[in-house]
Amino acid sequence: MTYEPVIGVEVHAQLQTQTKLFCSCPTSFGLPPNTQVCPVCLGLPGSLPVLNQRAVEMAVRTGLALHCELTLTNQFSRKNYFYPDLPKGYQISQYDLPICGPGWLEISVNGKRKRVRIMRAHLEEDAGKNVHEEGADDSHVDLNRAGTPLLEIVTEPDLYSSDEVDAYLKTLRDLLVYLDVCDGNMEQGSFRCEPNVSIRPKGHEALGTKVELKNINSFRYAKDALEYEISRQTEVLDEGGVVQQETRLWNVNKGQTAVMRSKEGAHDYRYFPDPDLLPVILDSELIEELEHTIPELPSVRLQRFMQDYRLSEYDAAILTDSKGLADYFECCVKLFPHPKTVSNWVTGELIRELNTSDTSPADAPMSPQRLAELLQLVDSGTVSLKAARELFSELYATGMSAEQLVKEKGLVQVSDEGQLGVIVDEVLVAHSAQVEQYHGGKEAVLGFLVGQVMKASKGKANPGKVNELLKRSLAP
Amino acid sequence: MALFKLTLQELQDKFTSGEITAGEIARAYLLRISQVEPKIKAYISLTPREELLAHAQEIDDGLKAWRKTEPLMAMPLGIKDNICTKGMRTTCGSRMLEHFVPPYDATVMTKFNAQKPLILGKTNLDEFAMGSSTEHSAFGPSRNPWNQQHIPGGSSGGSAAAVAADQCVAALGSDTGGSIRQPAACCGVVGFKPTYGRVSRYGLVAFASSLDQIGPITKTVTDAAIMFNALVGYDPLDSTSAKRDFPDYTKSAKKKDIKKLVVGVPQEYFTEGLDPEVAEKIQDAIQVLEGMGGKIQEVTLPSTERAIATYYLIATAEASSNLARYDGVKYGFRAKESKELAEMYHSSRSQGFGPEVKRRIMLGTYALSAGYYDAYYAKAQAVRTMIQRDFDAVFQEVDLLVSPVMPSPAFRLGERLEDPLQMYLSDIYTIPASLAGLPAISLPCGLSAKGLPIGLQLMGRPFEENIVLRAAYAYEQATNWRSKRPTIRS
Repeated sequence: MTYEPVIGVEVHAQLQTQTKLFCSCPTSFGLPPNTQVCPVCLGLPGSLPVLNQRAVEMAVRTGLALHCELTLTNQFSRKNYFYPDLPKGYQISQYDLPICGPGWLEISVNGKRKRVRIMRAHLEEDAGKNVHEEGADDSHVDLNRAGTPLLEIVTEPDLYSSDEVDAYLKTLRDLLVYLDVCDGNMEQGSFRCEPNVSIRPKGHEALGTKVELKNINSFRYAKDALEYEISRQTEVLDEGGVVQQETRLWNVNKGQTAVMRSKEGAHDYRYFPDPDLLPVILDSELIEELEHTIPELPSVRLQRFMQDYRLSEYDAAILTDSKGLADYFECCVKLFPHPKTVSNWVTGELIRELNTSDTSPADAPMSPQRLAELLQLVDSGTVSLKAARELFSELYATGMSAEQLVKEKGLVQVSDEGQLGVIVDEVLVAHSAQVEQYHGGKEAVLGFLVGQVMKASKGKANPGKVNELLKRSLAP
Repeated sequence: MALFKLTLQELQDKFTSGEITAGEIARAYLLRISQVEPKIKAYISLTPREELLAHAQEIDDGLKAWRKTEPLMAMPLGIKDNICTKGMRTTCGSRMLEHFVPPYDATVMTKFNAQKPLILGKTNLDEFAMGSSTEHSAFGPSRNPWNQQHIPGGSSGGSAAAVAADQCVAALGSDTGGSIRQPAACCGVVGFKPTYGRVSRYGLVAFASSLDQIGPITKTVTDAAIMFNALVGYDPLDSTSAKRDFPDYTKSAKKKDIKKLVVGVPQEYFTEGLDPEVAEKIQDAIQVLEGMGGKIQEVTLPSTERAIATYYLIATAEASSNLARYDGVKYGFRAKESKELAEMYHSSRSQGFGPEVKRRIMLGTYALSAGYYDAYYAKAQAVRTMIQRDFDAVFQEVDLLVSPVMPSPAFRLGERLEDPLQMYLSDIYTIPASLAGLPAISLPCGLSAKGLPIGLQLMGRPFEENIVLRAAYAYEQATNWRSKRPTIRS
């Protein structure tokens, strides 16, 4: 039997606020255990939560970008369960009234566009971390992360392959990074995904039993875990078995998923509205204000780059992959209006340098102005393409003006006909044999002669000009 | 007259005029407590003698430099032991928090401390404020100063007993379903529960968050107004605190009449179950109110009979979640020698909580469970709204409501300990105002034949504490109940 997987995805995006969701502790990562805490995020008796307005604004901006219906009066609820990293014995989350209702996100898979429906997105606080050292017989709890704001974004079961999930995750992450609401770092856990997958006979409407997958902290694992899980479920059904509703953990080393908890083991979280927090009321003025702060989104920008700059989808996609790079490109194009050329340099030399130095485009020591200046010099023939390429690393690292560096290195290209004419004449005299061959119809010899001129000029001669002068001199 | 017999207002006058010093006040109360406390057991923790005297000395030394006094400066106060006091243990009357020392002050303590009072100690309560008699305190019950065989009421029984026994001039209590008003009635003192949201809950250890409210227990209505002035106001640390203006409440305790006020008498509060002796005293009080110019009007609050059931669903549901944090992981009691996590949770909570707390956690957990939520918790919220609407409708016609505080005078220790339902019924007249978030006061209106105090309750519109205090003051001035003091027998 042929089966079709049906996949939905939950993403927990850590919001980039300065302080936690319900107290003023910093959200910094990687500090000594239990140093970023206060009575509120420690859950001390008598402490009370106060909502961080910045987190609400970030959730609204995300909701707007995902075309979500905003819940104008939304509410926090308590999700009750016991775990050592959960200091209050409940997590403050949203339940029946999430801040963002239904919406959609457009993705592109193998050139095909598709809308993935968003079911909801809600605000909640993160838990702390249990730390267990190998061999020790006690565990420790670090509550630095407890109370960090998360936005949980849930799709409808609209994805039908691991490729689609991959595209969805990447598109969503780019969007969140563009919006400046999340740094998108999967390894540090600021962008966590939990797909759920079921399979059904191809052509059938009814959904199969779904399995939730956890412990996925890279795009690669998401793809691997889903593919494993789809084939596992297929095997179960083919052998006449039944897929159990359960949560399974992805084991990277084994390349397998294993049961974490079955449906029977599922919690009754006893959600109820948190009486310590008032309902959150979004007024239309705030929404309107936030609407203006939403930058052009990656998918829209990609289309615009293809249209306005006549770039290929491939180039446009690379350029709009990060907001910083796209901004860099556009800034450069304004000063040097040859989009294709700028695109080549940005997607080639610049990205290479950025990757090597692990720098973001905004922090690149070479500004877009400096790059435009270099391209101008190439265009005007002041410096050769070859020299420009050779100098790029140094220009990038130092942030120097190209004009200055070219002068300092004596790399200014010679295009003056008078100067070049002298060298050309010398070369023609020195290589009379080749000149005769040329006249005899062997035009390929021209390349040799150009090389000789370049050599005599120590590489400074403008090759185009040399070509032109040679042809003119050799003309009968 | 002995210093400890003075009201807050009188003590304040003597201190402000320089007639007495903070040191004298501290010594007088230390002596009084040492004599009375063994019989009353109002306190769980006392401020060490040297510390208190040093603090008093600081006040006396600083007076010249400050050139002014604050209303609560040098005033000897008791604080209910579910209000967090930085550096001073806060037990909530529970083994679970027997050794818990908060690293922070409740907002009300920050406000108090700015006025430099003398904090004498932390008063006894039913465990986590769950109870009506202090018998559910892990540290043993307090005694009623009028008759030590009787309960002082609860849960703020320690605070009420301490004020009645002159072991502090005024105290803080907290009220969830009557925990300030009912013990005040039992002990013959004034207990005032402000509108929900008037006083910050930050640092009040939560029992039921949508109902808990801090308020004063005092000897007179004027004293309650002085204390309330120091407590009231918006707190950015409490999202449920009200951003509203407030007057000087001592100005409400000036007029001796209640002309132009309409006083409603809700029929449902005078039915079966009300002790005839209490009914009679309340009827007397109603006549007094009428005599002072109040217009008396019978009213009806039809949802009243549903209040207790509603309360015990909402309060326990919230409590089941609020008390989840006591898990033995971070602070508080942890059972020894658990082999695994689930066992540690189980043993710590089984051993750390008393029977009444466990009963309520189980009730609340049940009310919130999948499949029962709609039938219990959601239904209770709907009924709570009905009760609020009853009050809204009645307050279109009347300015105040008058009622008993408790169906009977203080019962005997142990009398209802084995019968939780009977115990719950002692809150029948105080719970509705809690569910509706209304301001309500309890003040003495007579003594029973056995010599136990009886309390009168006045309830007002939300945020109209000034009207409640005005009527209470006028009644207090028109009668002489406040001059009746218990004699503490040894």
